Amino acid sequence: MSALQKIEMLLEVKNLKTSFHTRNGIVRAVNDVSFAIAHGETLGIVGESGSGKSVTCYSLMGLVPQPPGRIEGGTAIFAGKTDLLNCSPKELNAIRGRRMAMIFQDPMTSLNPFMRIEDQIVEPLLIHGLASRAEAVRQAVQMLEHVGVPDAAKRIRSYPHEFSGGMRQRVMIAMALITKPDLLIADEPTTALDVTVQAQILELIKRLQAETGMAVIWITHDLGVVAGFCRRVQVMYAGRIVETAPTEKLFANTRHPYTRALQKSIPALQPKGTELYTIPGMPPDLSRPTGGCAFAPRCEIARPECSAKLPELLEVGLQHCSRCPFT
Amino acid sequence: MSPPQPITEVEAGHSLWQDAWLRLRKNKMAVAGAIFVLVLALASLTAPFMPGLSYSNQNLALGATAPSAAHWFGTDDLGRDQLSRLLYGGRVSLSVGLAATLVSVLIGVLFGMISGYIGGRLDALAMRFVDILYALPFTIFVILLMVIYGRNIYLLFIAIGAVEWLDMARIVRGQVLALKKQEFVEAARALGLRKRRIILRHMIPNVLGIVIVFSTLIVPRVMLTEAFLSFLGFGVQAPQASWGTLIQDGARSWEEFPWLLFFPAGCFSLTLFSLNFLGDGLRDALDVRASKD
Amino acid sequence: MLRLITKRLFETIPVLFIVATLTFFMMKRAPGGPFDSEKQTTPEIRAQIEAQYGLDKPVWQQYLDYLGHLAQGDLGPSFKYAGWSVNELLWSAFPVSLELGLYALAFALTFGLIAGIIAALRKNTWGDYVPMSFATFGICLPTFVTGPLLLLVFASWLTWFNASGWEQPRDRVLPAITLGLYYTAYVARLTRGGMLEILSQDFIRTARAKGASEWRVVWRHSLRGGLLSVVSFIGPAISGLVTGSLVVESIYQIPGLGKFFVMAGFNRDYTMVMGTVLFYAVLIIVMNLLVDIVQVWLNPKLRFE
Ligand SMILES: Nc1ncnc2c1ncn2[C@@H]1O[C@H](COP(=O)(O)OP(=O)(O)OP(=O)(O)O)[C@@H](O)[C@H]1O
Ligand SMILES: [Mg+2]
Repeated sequence: MSALQKIEMLLEVKNLKTSFHTRNGIVRAVNDVSFAIAHGETLGIVGESGSGKSVTCYSLMGLVPQPPGRIEGGTAIFAGKTDLLNCSPKELNAIRGRRMAMIFQDPMTSLNPFMRIEDQIVEPLLIHGLASRAEAVRQAVQMLEHVGVPDAAKRIRSYPHEFSGGMRQRVMIAMALITKPDLLIADEPTTALDVTVQAQILELIKRLQAETGMAVIWITHDLGVVAGFCRRVQVMYAGRIVETAPTEKLFANTRHPYTRALQKSIPALQPKGTELYTIPGMPPDLSRPTGGCAFAPRCEIARPECSAKLPELLEVGLQHCSRCPFT
Repeated sequence: MSPPQPITEVEAGHSLWQDAWLRLRKNKMAVAGAIFVLVLALASLTAPFMPGLSYSNQNLALGATAPSAAHWFGTDDLGRDQLSRLLYGGRVSLSVGLAATLVSVLIGVLFGMISGYIGGRLDALAMRFVDILYALPFTIFVILLMVIYGRNIYLLFIAIGAVEWLDMARIVRGQVLALKKQEFVEAARALGLRKRRIILRHMIPNVLGIVIVFSTLIVPRVMLTEAFLSFLGFGVQAPQASWGTLIQDGARSWEEFPWLLFFPAGCFSLTLFSLNFLGDGLRDALDVRASKD
Repeated sequence: MLRLITKRLFETIPVLFIVATLTFFMMKRAPGGPFDSEKQTTPEIRAQIEAQYGLDKPVWQQYLDYLGHLAQGDLGPSFKYAGWSVNELLWSAFPVSLELGLYALAFALTFGLIAGIIAALRKNTWGDYVPMSFATFGICLPTFVTGPLLLLVFASWLTWFNASGWEQPRDRVLPAITLGLYYTAYVARLTRGGMLEILSQDFIRTARAKGASEWRVVWRHSLRGGLLSVVSFIGPAISGLVTGSLVVESIYQIPGLGKFFVMAGFNRDYTMVMGTVLFYAVLIIVMNLLVDIVQVWLNPKLRFE
């Protein structure tokens, strides 16, 4: 990689390691994860439940509950300057909510039930001193209208419990985008919602991204969503990245057996009438590291040596890496 | 449909209690509390059979003396042995604690069970009633009772018991409501068991755990109320003594004879501590939570 | 909101009626009248006194008279303090008790909230263990133990304060602490629990993601929800403060309503006892209503029900 390319990166994560020290042992939720995202880029992170997608983002945002969580190592350079993992709380607070915002998995619990929507949406502007109160309210109403909340000027005075799940997620989006951040982390923003609302929210974020030119990290366990939206995809399994590639390449030339299995389980890609495919077996217990490839017990092409030594994440094509030496 | 299976229920109950016992034993504070209360109760019970212990023997020539080898906890101004008085006072305090708790548990369990079991409008009304009673200064009514009907220990049992049943009623009702939704009661009802039998056979054993836990937490509260009344002079009458009256005596002469205050106050506080730790320990061991609705 | 208030007020009237009726008939059935101790009274004088207090009329008549007066807020004459009405006695003594109660409550809320919040923010460190161990003690120690002990240490040994009286400002310190200690401990526990519960909620994470400082997270986002349980405890606390004031005023010789009530109990001053009980009942019911209103105001979900 050339030096020039490096400078353009908005966020560069290297060897991120996050674990939870629980009573039942150390859960290595994120293990040696590295990736980078450029300005305006869209990166998808895909994986089963419990693969460490959320924890990866929480680590970047400084939201890992400590204790029991602990960031064991790594760096995350934001805009070429600040290391999100090792900077002071003050530096971090200057970035989060202003240049880097996040939408959470569950809109029902992510809004403060004791505060009016208005007070919650204007908060990022006020905290970072970007607008006066009156100006902030004006922008908030505008933003709410923009994300499709009808009658925004009036409803902004309500409390979260007066909103439906889809509307709350729109509020969350408005809140995240009101400062026009450079990076939006969307942590499965649609899983808690029903299908039609899911599609609307997805379209909404796509549109907003086109307007503002922000970079988006889109977390999902659904490869299908990734296909239509993300330029690059990275697949996580048991806290590690197992494959990463530009989206078309990943679909055209899938290398890792786990990605293949995920792909097989997308309903839309399966011939009608066949039984839905699900990956056999259970995700591994992260508090008991195996030493070898974590997917080996569930892998169709596993060999004895798979369980003995952890395979490296190797380049298998241009910008395409996979953690399986046998494909 | 197969008949309900009391056997499996009993088995489940059995292991539940054994588990609870193991968990309780691990809780050091609770165990220490239990031991302290047991020792104290035994000492109080056997006090009348011990030679040389008397709560009323006066020795005016001796007067008030600080703790010594002959009188471990000292003597009061009438020369009475403080340790004996403490043990005799313990008899009164502990028996009021137990008797009044029994009364309150009886009222609370019946009220809560009936309210929860019948449900509907009556239940709503009953709970509103409890809410209103919560707001009333009951201890003051007890004083009123004691003023009007004279100081009588049996009245004390009942009056205090009648004050402390509200929590129990709420908790039991919550538990009954939760149980009502469960399958085995449905099954019993489907089999056509009469209501009374359903309550007796199925509900009572299931409510028992929670009742035991919260009863242990009522005991200290009841003892507190008794001591409070006795301290103000509305409780037990002289020459009988409870810890409350002993503390009152001590509080009157704390400047000259601090030990007369120190020992009963310490003993009473330790007992309250112990009972509270025991109650909390039991609650954790049986893993019961008070659900209020 | 207005509906809540009117509903509560309508509930209050029957409760007060029942309380009044109960106390009245309990008193009527009481063995021994208020003038029994005055042995020298001749039957004539006795009859005269009874007529003066209306005790010669049939019971139902007395009851109706009593309720009639009560409806006008008149609690009748004191049996013991000739020439004084119960109302006058109440109004002369109550301000002292109110002052004491307010100090105690202020003490409890200030220190309880601070200790609870610190403990929650410093969970599982010394900043948590130390205040919470104190709270455990505070909850188990009754006023009639702490009162004399505080006297022993601060008035007798250290001589920082007077042992009794209610004249100088510093005479308020020990009584307020004695009365407030239990509530301080309880408030600290409730605050800690409430704050921990709220701080573990998802919306706190949202606030942090916005770049909110720790200070803002506590004050703007957590306190309101974290204090709900404390507010609902204030109702029972006021009831307990009233009861506690009986002991504290007796220990420190404070000329408040609590002390009057205890004395009236000893003197069998029935009208005074009844009047005080009714007064306490009204006071506590009104305070509970206020607490309910604050609670609804704090919790938007309740506001719409
Ligand atoms: N607070 C915590 N304490 C202990 N373990 C945790 C905690 N938070 C997360 N973990 C563990 O970290 C692992 C990764 O969790 P994470 O939430 O990142 O999964 P995910 O990929 O986001 O899954 P999902 O699709 O369900 O959101 C899981 O095994 C989880 O058990
Ligand atoms: Mg997640």
